[in-house]
Amino acid sequence: MAERMRNGFMAIVLAFLATPLIVVAGVSVNKPKRLLFPPEGFSMRWYGELFTQSDWFNALINSVTIAFCASVLAVSIAMPLALYIWSRGGFPGRALFALGVAPFMLPPVISALGFLVFWIAVGPYGHILTTIISHGIFLVTLPLVTISLGLEAIDRALIEAAQTMGANRKTVFKTIILPLIRPYIISGFAFAIVLSLNEYIIAYMVAGFTAETLPIKIFNSLRYGYTPVMASVSVFFVVIAIVVFATVARFGNLPRLLGVERSNDG
Amino acid sequence: MNPAKGSSATRWLALYPVAALVVFFIIPFAIMLAISFFKRVEGAFFEPSFAIENYVRFLSPFFAKTLATSIGLSMAAAAIAVAIAFPFTYTLSRMSHRTQTLVLIFILSILSLSEVIIGFAWSTILSQTAGIGNLLAWIGVTDTSQAYTPSLLALLLGLTYLGLPYAVLVIYPSVSRLDPQLPEAARMSGASPLHSFCNIILPIMRRALTGALILVFVFTLGAYLLPQVLGRPQHWTLSVHITDQAIFQSNIPFAAAMAMFLLLVSLALVGLSLAIGANNRTNGNG
Repeated sequence: MAERMRNGFMAIVLAFLATPLIVVAGVSVNKPKRLLFPPEGFSMRWYGELFTQSDWFNALINSVTIAFCASVLAVSIAMPLALYIWSRGGFPGRALFALGVAPFMLPPVISALGFLVFWIAVGPYGHILTTIISHGIFLVTLPLVTISLGLEAIDRALIEAAQTMGANRKTVFKTIILPLIRPYIISGFAFAIVLSLNEYIIAYMVAGFTAETLPIKIFNSLRYGYTPVMASVSVFFVVIAIVVFATVARFGNLPRLLGVERSNDG
Repeated sequence: MNPAKGSSATRWLALYPVAALVVFFIIPFAIMLAISFFKRVEGAFFEPSFAIENYVRFLSPFFAKTLATSIGLSMAAAAIAVAIAFPFTYTLSRMSHRTQTLVLIFILSILSLSEVIIGFAWSTILSQTAGIGNLLAWIGVTDTSQAYTPSLLALLLGLTYLGLPYAVLVIYPSVSRLDPQLPEAARMSGASPLHSFCNIILPIMRRALTGALILVFVFTLGAYLLPQVLGRPQHWTLSVHITDQAIFQSNIPFAAAMAMFLLLVSLALVGLSLAIGANNRTNGNG
């Protein structure tokens, strides 16, 4: 009885989370160019238009370029920072960690406005590079957190043993630390890519009119007239997120990555 | 034992990340703070001055109402999200590793979804032609299908949806650390499941729950798209007004002042949550 109630509750919450996505998926296969659910007819045409309509395709290219470059930048900043914090610790470590976590923790509209005034002051306001750097800074938090988790999981005795055997710092890093934290680097990178793809307000504020990304394009369509392409793009985004996180879970321990110290395998 | 402690070779490691964060994060904030005291100039962006009029503008009834709406909505969304997330996460953490991983993939996917997509999805499901209105008319609850958006309730629903995955992920680690024998022990000593939940598990989880409440509150306070998609103009939150002033009214000084204000509110709340956490810890030790 209690068991059934528990499962029922879980099912209701999961249904609440899934229903809007199911409706959007249904809407995306409509034959007519109208917002209908249950869908009328079945057509995959709106998925094709993402690639054949130049304005949607341009937005897709912008989004992917920004997400990839910004995530590389985020990891390149987070990696040495995490190593430094891990090896030094203490108050400077904690302060630097707070600095690295802050961009992501504040309401994004604040960071977005900060980036906007900065790029106006510096000059290249409106260039796609400004979106890449802004996203890169905004997303530093994610690889910083995952890499730090990975470093903390390393058994220090392993490193001491290697040092006793005469390994220098470079060798220790290459043969012990790097292989052990690689899954954490990759998952931090993956988190950053997915969130950059979905990010709206910063991309909109710093270069919304010149480097249009997919979320900006969806919002503009939402305002100025419905097109089923927005539904197909949304489904596309959900699928990307699920594939990325499933891959992360496949190669790493997802509960562990999310901060669980011991996970029951029962 | 820190293997690299004391060596100067690691010091340069922090150079590049710190420089990047200072240049692209701290300096933008300093500029924004300065601009919040600047004067707006028609036709140009702004000119330097020291004016507090941007801050004084908050004292109007209009912004008092906006702020009250923002805070009220976010508080309600945070309370509902945590009230759902806690039993959900508790049950989840007792399931098999495989099930947990599958549900977490799903939760992470929803969490990473753009607010644009969430807004679009909810506006679709609450619309006249593709939503639950259709279903209700079909069952016969209502005569004809009707739209349920934009409305305050639609907005609240959307904000709760937005905050729920965050609440789950904040609560998840602490819930997983709970000793599985704890409720068992309570049951053995004769406590009902509800009783043990309220009197044993809830107090242990107080810190995580407060953390989740504040995180969802701050997070939904920052929502800028859902109020425009699911709410009416009178439901616009501070974040929407910040964007509106910066982009459409070209009044960056006023937008900066509002952002500073939002920053202070958020920081105060985060500080409050840390203080509550520290307080609980001393209580626990003493």
